[in-house]
Amino acid sequence: MRTFSVLIRKEFLQLKRNPFMPKLIIMFPIMIMLIMPLIMTMDVRNVNVAVVDLDNSTASRRIASHIDASEYLSLAAVTAEYSEAMNALEEGDADIIVQIPSDFERETAIGGNKRISITANAVNATKGGLGMQYLVQTIARALAEIKGERSPAGITELVTVKNSYNPTLNYRHYMIPALMIMLFILVCGFLPALSIVGEKENGSIEQINVTPLSRFTFTLSKLVPYWLIGMFVLTVAMTVAWLVYGLAPAGSVGLIYFGAALFILVISGFSLMIANFSDTLQQTMFVMFFFIMMFMLMSGLLTPVDSMPDWAQKITYFLPPRYFIDILRSVYLKGTTLADMWQNFTALGVFAAIFNVLATVTYKKQK
Amino acid sequence: MNAIEVRKISKSYGKLKAVNEVSLEVQEGELFGLIGPDGAGKTTLFRLLATLIAPDSGSASLAGYDIVKEYHAIRSCVGYMPGRFSLYPDLTVEENLNFFAALFNVTVEESYDLVAPIYKQIEPFRERRAGKLSGGMKQKLALSCALIHRPKVLFLDEPTTGVDAVSRKEFWDMLQRLKEKGITILVSTPYMDEASRCDRIALCNEGRILGIDTPTGIVNGFRSPLYGIKAKNMFALLEEARKARGVEDCYPFGESHHLVADSEFNLDNFKKDFDGFEGFFIEPVEPTIEDMFIKLMKQ
Repeated sequence: MRTFSVLIRKEFLQLKRNPFMPKLIIMFPIMIMLIMPLIMTMDVRNVNVAVVDLDNSTASRRIASHIDASEYLSLAAVTAEYSEAMNALEEGDADIIVQIPSDFERETAIGGNKRISITANAVNATKGGLGMQYLVQTIARALAEIKGERSPAGITELVTVKNSYNPTLNYRHYMIPALMIMLFILVCGFLPALSIVGEKENGSIEQINVTPLSRFTFTLSKLVPYWLIGMFVLTVAMTVAWLVYGLAPAGSVGLIYFGAALFILVISGFSLMIANFSDTLQQTMFVMFFFIMMFMLMSGLLTPVDSMPDWAQKITYFLPPRYFIDILRSVYLKGTTLADMWQNFTALGVFAAIFNVLATVTYKKQK
Repeated sequence: MNAIEVRKISKSYGKLKAVNEVSLEVQEGELFGLIGPDGAGKTTLFRLLATLIAPDSGSASLAGYDIVKEYHAIRSCVGYMPGRFSLYPDLTVEENLNFFAALFNVTVEESYDLVAPIYKQIEPFRERRAGKLSGGMKQKLALSCALIHRPKVLFLDEPTTGVDAVSRKEFWDMLQRLKEKGITILVSTPYMDEASRCDRIALCNEGRILGIDTPTGIVNGFRSPLYGIKAKNMFALLEEARKARGVEDCYPFGESHHLVADSEFNLDNFKKDFDGFEGFFIEPVEPTIEDMFIKLMKQ
């Protein structure tokens, strides 16, 4: 026990004396939580629409004014020439062209089938796709309004949409849990590995290896400090999310800490294992980056697992962040309880056990 | 019982035979030196004995424990000081010492009498970080840490490399005192002049041991007559001397050349032949360990 506490004390002493690390551990979560949610948004705003109005009627002007009034769309130009609008699209001044055919108002009044055509610049697929959807909705609303004025029966809404759990469909609320996980991966995934490889590089690991210290105690002494740091990072991140974005977990805070406790063990154990197989800092960093890319891009942090190809979805079962992002998002946004998510917690527990046993076994005091 | 017994131990790195069938025995309480140039396999032998690497073949035992089967027991009775400073540079002198005491499950007080003569010299700097110490002080701290658990056997891998002449002498005096306390010491050095401070030495080269004896025994093994020669043009002298009759070997040795004579050598004839060299001078000299080393290496 005395040996262990001395080992832990030594880790913290080294960390404290590092001119850079303590600042990093405090500043990193704050910066990420302050800046990233502001820029990482999939909400598409300011889609510029050019209207080619060949009809020049009340209806066509109504459509244009609806577009102008939309929160997401802005009216870039109204012209009578398609080529002019096309020029605007090519110049980048417009993202989408709406062409209202001549005699549109009259034809719709008698039930004809004149159609509005929409041309979108799909270079930015998200902007094109989402912008198109917004536009269709806006035009439908304008048309419904026109029809409603004609038939006194009033407006009949055809579709109603209600977003449960994240009522405003705030992309930020969706991304904040993902950012927290990225913080864990970066802080608790890199620091333990760097600590071991640092000892390899300055030779002190040889001095440790000639002592009777067991590899279990040594591995544990590398895990515990970063586990505590991870908990600290979580607290900072949650506080920022609450104070700055008003996002407090809908479910239990304790459950979030429990999930994080398991997840940090998983990622730190993994990190120690990589360090055991590396001799230099460069080697560790490079291998860790490879896995971190997989963790970040394939675990549903940024893009939903459900929209991945089948084979990729199968791979995600082997990526621990997949289970934790599920937990964090559900508890944060839906208020899910342990009973609903026990499979995910079990999965994390199993990963934590496997990685840490491997980290202990692959640490060789004798080569 | 011998404190260290090594029997035909070998270790290769790829094609390089770092240690090639080395055998040696060190008695309890002996100060034993491994003398040899860089790349002789000294460090590999230390790492084998300190149980940091496993041998390819052969066996060795320390204080009666086998280095492969009983490596666990060995770790608590061996002190190892690697050639490169490998304590924690960001911990202070005192913290380093306490840390290693804790790893061996002892307290600094328990071993203070053993460590004190060395540690006292660096105690004024106990709050200084180990990385900021001078070379000599680093060595003293490393030695203190290696002694903290009262090891039976102490391994010192080139402890005086990169240390100034005064500190080197002090260091050897410290080893002498540790030896008097009954600690078996295996020390390596590339400096031949330090060999005379050991009880016995082994001359190593390219993974093999060329000879084991006391320093005097090694020197006495050099049976050929040895001369030191000098002239104004040293290089031409070396070239000519190598061609001369009765000369077994001639090599630069400090300010003069050492000339190893064989049975056909005639001093008077040699003097006559070399009289033409400006400032020519020849005198018989006592062989040193280095002369013996060169002789053994060429065999």
